[in-house]
Amino acid sequence: MNKMFMSLRTAEARERFTADEAGYCASFGLSPEQQQAVLDRDWQAMIDLGGSIFYVYKLAMMDGRSMQYLGGVFTGTSEEEFLAALRAGGRRG
Amino acid sequence: MAEVIWGLATSHVPSIGAAMDRGKTEDESWKDLFDGYAPARAWLAEHRPDVAVVIYNDHANGVDLDVVPTFAIGTSDHYDVADEGFGKRPVPDVVGHPELSLHLLESLVDDGFDMTVFQELDVDHGLTVPLSVWTPDPGEAWPCPVVPLLVNVIQYPQPTAARCYALGQALGRAIASFPQDLTVGVLGTGGMSHQLAGARAGFINPEFDAMFMEAVETDPQRLTQLSRQDYVREAGSEGIEMIMWLVMRGAMAAEVTKVHSHYFVPASNTAAAVALFDNRAPAPA
Repeated sequence: MNKMFMSLRTAEARERFTADEAGYCASFGLSPEQQQAVLDRDWQAMIDLGGSIFYVYKLAMMDGRSMQYLGGVFTGTSEEEFLAALRAGGRRG
Repeated sequence: MAEVIWGLATSHVPSIGAAMDRGKTEDESWKDLFDGYAPARAWLAEHRPDVAVVIYNDHANGVDLDVVPTFAIGTSDHYDVADEGFGKRPVPDVVGHPELSLHLLESLVDDGFDMTVFQELDVDHGLTVPLSVWTPDPGEAWPCPVVPLLVNVIQYPQPTAARCYALGQALGRAIASFPQDLTVGVLGTGGMSHQLAGARAGFINPEFDAMFMEAVETDPQRLTQLSRQDYVREAGSEGIEMIMWLVMRGAMAAEVTKVHSHYFVPASNTAAAVALFDNRAPAPA
């Protein structure tokens, strides 16, 4: 899965991915659970299934999602709430 | 012989580079961070070295998970700026210094550090953002050639803090034994506390950061006593990047003089800092 995310650095690969996400995932040998997580944009599942954040983030960037959006997803808050927590000095948990 | 004249510790958050590239450094959310750089930049402009050694980590741009070198060094005469998925940063490509690289490589291997070698390498924000922190308007070229030194901080198991400090000490010996007279600036990059993924996403620990900032100047040995788990617990899963500051610090003298430091929250999801140290012996009073 990380190898697939890494491949998305080229415009040509991004076009092929967008045209057929499932087929692109299959060509990299993703497990059914990993493929479903990618298709569903289940960011937490991608991390749980072995995704490294710097690799997962390449897919998020394609979707126009920020690291603050992902932070909201991981912590069960909105992007705005997550950003507000950072601006207030960060989360301390 | 070559001589380390200064050490610059700085965060390498990509959004710091993006804020500069997009002219947002005066925006309310960024102004304090960039104002904090000003005294360091002014001093560095008066102390341009012949070569810079930049200790950094790649973020899935020039290096992927097929091969994960714990410690690596670039030996090229040229490093392209990486396209990280949104086009290249509008900054100059990086000129290398193969003679110094090859000397450092040989010396480090002889000293027990079996470095991986990058004869080709695209450099990402981990290297270019610190250069921008130093030199906001480089024009056609960065101030001097660069030797990249890479540390794996993103894939378990990262090297220990103690090993990073020891590498820095070996780097200092290697620089000192270079046969030409050169002045060298050493940049340690990354940090400060932050965590990007998981339930602790957004984690920032200003108390740990303050302790680290003080100790890296006055008592770096203390920081080598902390385990990988200590760094992840106290600084976050990505905050462990701060171990790269210890490579820089190890290459410097036991006593250094702090020129300037500044701490800021948040730069993107990160606590960010800059700390500049003069490595030359203080002038007699």
